[in-house]
Amino acid sequence: MNMNTHHFTCLLIALMVSLSAFGQDGYQVGDKASDFKLKNVDGTYVSMADHEDAEGFLVIFSCNTCPYVVAYEDRMIALHNQFAPKGYPVIAINPNDDKASPGDSFEKMKERAKNKDFPFAYVYDETQETTKKYGATNTPQVYLLEKEGEDYVVKYIGAIDNNYQDASSVTKKYVEDAMDAVLTGDDVPEKKTKAVGCTIKWRKS
Amino acid sequence: MRTLLIPLIFIFLSSYSNLEAPVMKVISFDEFEAMTKAKSDKIRIFNFWATWCAPCVKEMPDFEKVNADDPSVELYFISMDDGRKPERVTNFIEKRGIEAPVYLLDDVDFNSWIDKVSEKWSGAIPATLFVTPDGKRHFHEGVMDHAALKSTLGQLK
Repeated sequence: MNMNTHHFTCLLIALMVSLSAFGQDGYQVGDKASDFKLKNVDGTYVSMADHEDAEGFLVIFSCNTCPYVVAYEDRMIALHNQFAPKGYPVIAINPNDDKASPGDSFEKMKERAKNKDFPFAYVYDETQETTKKYGATNTPQVYLLEKEGEDYVVKYIGAIDNNYQDASSVTKKYVEDAMDAVLTGDDVPEKKTKAVGCTIKWRKS
Repeated sequence: MRTLLIPLIFIFLSSYSNLEAPVMKVISFDEFEAMTKAKSDKIRIFNFWATWCAPCVKEMPDFEKVNADDPSVELYFISMDDGRKPERVTNFIEKRGIEAPVYLLDDVDFNSWIDKVSEKWSGAIPATLFVTPDGKRHFHEGVMDHAALKSTLGQLK
């Protein structure tokens, strides 16, 4: 085996190993996320491109029915109020099929948004295409996107913080820390976290 | 004295009958990990669920059936319910007549331990960890029906 084929074989093996380790569907940190056009609870359609002043977005896969989401709703509102003025509004996306989970219908979304007085867009991914592209697995799950030219680059994927039960007992504010890093141009300290959450209710094909 | 004794006996008897009620133990992640690493000659199934998780509740009878039919299997239900409200779980166990032992894993610092269960796990439930007698681990995220369970167990034997 000459040197070149040897190098090529090593490269191929490395590629296969990395593919098997990170080959899951959806975006990873560093990827470019695609825009969407989804129906908001106010009846309008929301795209990231509509927000000309935005520097980025906190896209949160959310729903009406998951107890973890309910536990985080006030913190989602607080994140929007804290970071929308800095150019990073929250956009909450409900990915759940309303046949599998009737409590997650568009009508119920409108009720929830009204009752909680959501200051952010709460949109419905009825076809689940956006959710599949992003690779969201559970609710609530945050994708922090930063606008770079025409692109929306993924900077963080995961949980809001490390204690859903009690905001005052939180010791790691993943999203706030990631936002602070992005705003100051630093590297995001923890780029990906996991949390137990409600599985996404997929449509039966 | 007698008038005092009778209610005391009743209190004693009712607390005794509570001991007979289905067991549910609240555990830390370290205790859970020790359980998965304990020696056993059976294939142990750790099913992650919660009382509010509809797909989890739906698959429980299939798990119970496999556990009842197959002596080489040992099933544990690991609840992700709120550790501050364990009665939600004990009430559920009683109402549904759950046979397999139930543990409530009370550690909300999820990111510190999800990868230790399996790096394949996103955190969504239901999810199931299989541990074979030789300590090999197999992980499945999502619902499993009776046929899927049988087929996985077949592969692990």
